[in-house]
Amino acid sequence: MLLRLEDATVRFDGRPVLDAVGLEVAEHEIVCVLGPSGSGKSTLLRVVAGLQPLDGGRVSLDGHDQSGVPAHKRGVGLMFQDHQLFPQRDVAGNVAFGPRMRGAAKAERAVRVKELLELVGLPGAARRRVGELSGGEQQRVALARALAPRPRLLMLDEPLGQLDRSLRERLVVELQELFGELGTTVLAVTHDQGEAFALADRVVVMRDGRIAQSGTPLDVWQRPVDEFVARFLGFDNVVDATVTGQAADTPWGKVPVPEGSAQGACALLVRPAGVRLVDVADGLRCTVAARTFRGTHVAVHLQPGGAPRLEAACALRDAPEPGDEVGVCFDAAEIMVLGGGPAA
Amino acid sequence: MGITKTKKATVLAVGLGLLTLSACGSTDSGSGSGGDSKTVTLVSHGSFAYSKDVLKAFEKESGYKVKVLKSGDAGQAVNQAILTKDNPQGDVFFGVDNTLLSRALDNGLFQPYEAKGLDKVGAAYQLDKDEHRVTPIDSGDICVNYDKAYFSEKKIEPPRSFDDLIKPEYKDLLVTENASTSSPGLGFVLGTAAKYGDDGWASYWEKLKANGVKVVDGWEQAYYQEFSGSTDGKKAGGDRPLVVSYASSPPAEVVYADPRPKTAPTGVATGTCFRQIEFAGLLSNAKNAEGGKALVDFLISKKFQEDMPLNMFVYPVVEGASVPVEFTEYGPAAKDPETMAPKKIAENRDQWVKSWTSLVLK
Amino acid sequence: MALPVAFFGVFFAYPVAAIVVRGLKLDGVWQFGRIGEVLGDSGIRHVLWFTTWQALVSTALTLLIALPGAYVFARFDFRGKEILRAVVTVPFVLPTVVVGTAFLALVGHGGLFDELWGVRLDTTVWAILLAHVFFNYAVVVRTVGGLWAQLDPRQEEAARMLGASPSAAWRRVTLPALAPAVAAAALMVFLFTFTSFGVVQILGGPTFSTLEVEIYRQTSEIFDLATAAVLTIVQFVAVGLILALHAWTVRRRETALRLVDPSLTARRPRGAGQWALLGAVLATVVVLILLPLGVLVERSLDAPGFGYYKALTSDDSGIFLVAPIEAVGNSLKYAGAATVIALLIGGLAAAALTRRAGRLVRGFDALLMLPLGVSAVTVGFGFLIALDEPPLDLRSSWILVPLAQALVGVPFVVRTMLPVLRAVDERLREAAAVLGASPWRVWREVDLPMVRRALLVAAGFAFAVSLGEFGATVFIARADNPTLPVAVARLLGRPGALNYGQAMALSTILMVVCAVALLVLERLRTDRTGEF
Repeated sequence: MLLRLEDATVRFDGRPVLDAVGLEVAEHEIVCVLGPSGSGKSTLLRVVAGLQPLDGGRVSLDGHDQSGVPAHKRGVGLMFQDHQLFPQRDVAGNVAFGPRMRGAAKAERAVRVKELLELVGLPGAARRRVGELSGGEQQRVALARALAPRPRLLMLDEPLGQLDRSLRERLVVELQELFGELGTTVLAVTHDQGEAFALADRVVVMRDGRIAQSGTPLDVWQRPVDEFVARFLGFDNVVDATVTGQAADTPWGKVPVPEGSAQGACALLVRPAGVRLVDVADGLRCTVAARTFRGTHVAVHLQPGGAPRLEAACALRDAPEPGDEVGVCFDAAEIMVLGGGPAA
Repeated sequence: MGITKTKKATVLAVGLGLLTLSACGSTDSGSGSGGDSKTVTLVSHGSFAYSKDVLKAFEKESGYKVKVLKSGDAGQAVNQAILTKDNPQGDVFFGVDNTLLSRALDNGLFQPYEAKGLDKVGAAYQLDKDEHRVTPIDSGDICVNYDKAYFSEKKIEPPRSFDDLIKPEYKDLLVTENASTSSPGLGFVLGTAAKYGDDGWASYWEKLKANGVKVVDGWEQAYYQEFSGSTDGKKAGGDRPLVVSYASSPPAEVVYADPRPKTAPTGVATGTCFRQIEFAGLLSNAKNAEGGKALVDFLISKKFQEDMPLNMFVYPVVEGASVPVEFTEYGPAAKDPETMAPKKIAENRDQWVKSWTSLVLK
Repeated sequence: MALPVAFFGVFFAYPVAAIVVRGLKLDGVWQFGRIGEVLGDSGIRHVLWFTTWQALVSTALTLLIALPGAYVFARFDFRGKEILRAVVTVPFVLPTVVVGTAFLALVGHGGLFDELWGVRLDTTVWAILLAHVFFNYAVVVRTVGGLWAQLDPRQEEAARMLGASPSAAWRRVTLPALAPAVAAAALMVFLFTFTSFGVVQILGGPTFSTLEVEIYRQTSEIFDLATAAVLTIVQFVAVGLILALHAWTVRRRETALRLVDPSLTARRPRGAGQWALLGAVLATVVVLILLPLGVLVERSLDAPGFGYYKALTSDDSGIFLVAPIEAVGNSLKYAGAATVIALLIGGLAAAALTRRAGRLVRGFDALLMLPLGVSAVTVGFGFLIALDEPPLDLRSSWILVPLAQALVGVPFVVRTMLPVLRAVDERLREAAAVLGASPWRVWREVDLPMVRRALLVAAGFAFAVSLGEFGATVFIARADNPTLPVAVARLLGRPGALNYGQAMALSTILMVVCAVALLVLERLRTDRTGEF
């Protein structure tokens, strides 16, 4: 295992920010830590980097305990959220900084700078001042700078956070290709699930300093472990329910659940795809409150009488107009019983 | 929230500013420099001091309002007065002494005025007898002071004269001041020059140097740091029982102590003194010459002369003005203090200080 | 821009020029021959050499000792930090007579060093150098620490992640960013030590003499205005060269920095190394600053039942017509007025200097520093002969004192604010302008909130400097309302334990007044940090 965290704990003023976190990252793996702000994900990176001392537990790299190893000797790279390019130096000076600290000769550094600037698509930018760069360019320079000393583990803190959407989508693909090509081991943190799912081999969801769930993007997407993860992933159709056999009692009435679901009180997730629109007479009676165009489908927000709103996904041409009255029925395949007890 | 705070701060700042301005303004309202004939302005150095009621009595009697402007030390005050003589800041200047008198007279600082009551001032003090451009006001003696406790403990007689100071029993005991920056320091050098003459003073200082005289820059350091006779000098680890100071320092040690000791802790080597006389004069171009004349008269009146000693620790120059009991009790008068004509001082001063510096300091 | 130029023209350039011309022009004939004569004097050349090297060494020593302090004050949270930050500034306002006394208790005969190790430094050059550190510690801690607290610590972390050791990261990332502030602090310390007067006189003994001491002697004692004028010109040229050098180094280094809220950058020290650093800095502060100050306090309490303090309230001492305690009010009034003037002039100048970068303006930048390099005696005499005609006959007006004090305060205001102002992202100003803000409004809405912190630091400095100003204040004739330093000096000028004790008590009060004023400013400051 390249990176292993065991029971890593950090407290600020007695309040745990990292609470006995265990995490492993294998070589060449790209792991994305996903969580809302304040969940402790940035602290996790700082702990690995050696910028934040641990109050408990340990961090090992390549099987070596890193306690007492200062940040600059850990051989890991960190790309900061807002890049932290050195304003006093030009682009080349920034990229060459790492190799210089490792004692690379001048000629060697020049070669490396050229190589990396080409890699990130900024050939010829070497002499530019960092203050003149656009956001995307700064991003690329920061990446080049982080990669220049060939870190064994590259950490990215909200790598694409401040960029516009189209640029972000393009860069995600570029990054993925680049890391694949270079075989870089990456530990990234982000609050954007789209970014995480696009980039990662494995996703780790954090909540209040603890790891809530870990798995492949598909795995996490399909089977969120609890209501928190489900809601964080963008699912809003979560309600309290009581499961009896193959059906659950919910505010929306009786809803079918898959075979073998846990029995008793629980939180129930209904994916938008599992909400079918039918004739008013044939199902739960709802009023269409709003529609949002989502590119491949339309999200329809439905208001049942005396129950929480429901979101349904339907094809563009089938979408009803706001104000329409529709009926709703549920598809057991898109419904799951969540762990962690009834909804809060 | 931010905006209200900012506003508050602004209001506060402006308010404070205005308050400050108005408060200061009120203390000095009507500050025309002696323009109106009812105000007479006295210019002096920072150590000028007097009792309020004495001045009030003069104001009442004469009908003039007195304004006092003080600045700098004696040398600075004289130089200031010379620089501004075409458009003076006041009508009367007080505080030029015999070491600086020639500078003031040569620069035409004063206009002649024979003060009422001058006949009661001792002739020895009247250094401008013929023209009466200045009027003597007070005198003081720069003398070596000694630490009584030290000498009684060591069972040595304290020194009495200049000659004593170069004797081996007083080796490494004397501290004096830099003649080029301190007025007692200069006075002491002038005293030796008066005593031993143009040819003898340098060799006297060579002997004094060989006898371990220490030189510091100012009176404050000499008296409060090095001299073991002052309370605070002792506290600061001062280990010199002899210091160049004033004949009036022992009385001051008594007056400014709480509780007052029965006897002064220090004494005066009465044969080591140089006399300083301070003068006042009516400034040339004075705007209120009449008022100025009245003020000069007042300065040699018995009332002011008797008020002066305990305020400035100087001796009166008018015959019949009584000396406060503290002076007679705790401070013996200097025995035949050395004196020197202002003209001679003016002619030789710079050269003496230069030779003294290279002789003693280098 | 017009106001600062007029201010400096009337209250600085004109008076100084007047006194220099007066010295060099005898009966209408220029005496340029005197220049060669004075410069040819080996004594004067020796003074010039000593002045320069002691200033260089003092500056280096101050930076060496105070930079760790600046770091600790900027980056660590610890109990009593605010009070300590105010206390280290106190030496700055104390009259040198008093400081000399206090410092001798440390390095002089029978002082602490003497008792502990048998080391006596008085009348050696070391005493001068250490006292300069004592005086100027706060200059470095405040100007450098102010910027340091606002530097994003992640810059250094970024360097660490790229393999830089802590010291390399500091050297290569933080130091370059701090360079303008360090250069500014070094410049001020250099100017102060180059023109050092009281410290050299009291601690150095009569064998050490700086140019400033020599100018004072020639003006006040010997009254040789021609020599004084030549020396003033020499000092001018020297100071001008230093300023040019400084401007050149700083201009090459200044870059827009990303500033952050200082409350985010400070935290409790962690690990043995950081605690040791904090401990070392605190120990330095205690030995170098608190101990000498403590000696003053101790001596002021030497009479039973606060006797010396009680004596301050009686008005029968004769030295003053009022109770000495009233000097507190005088000092506050003068310092308050001087601070307002200095902030107004300095603020306008700094704003103008940020906006326009023409050669003329840059020259003015340097000109603003010159008052620090000119003897108070020169300025004082200049005032007397220059400001003697209506409407400028201010010679006996109270306003002359705060004006003279503000002259010394303005350079502080400009120096403290310029680095921060220049670091403000120009696009913010452009954004405000596009949204319809006039230049004044842009300054008010964009610059001011960002530099408020620097402004308060500057105000603190201006206030402290005015509070402690002695040379010009004692010199300017006025009715008898002495400031604290003047009152202290007058008390110290006479024999008697009661006078000495009262001087110490007043000095202690001066210290407390200064510390409290600075603490109030610190409070204002922490209240505000949320705004940016």
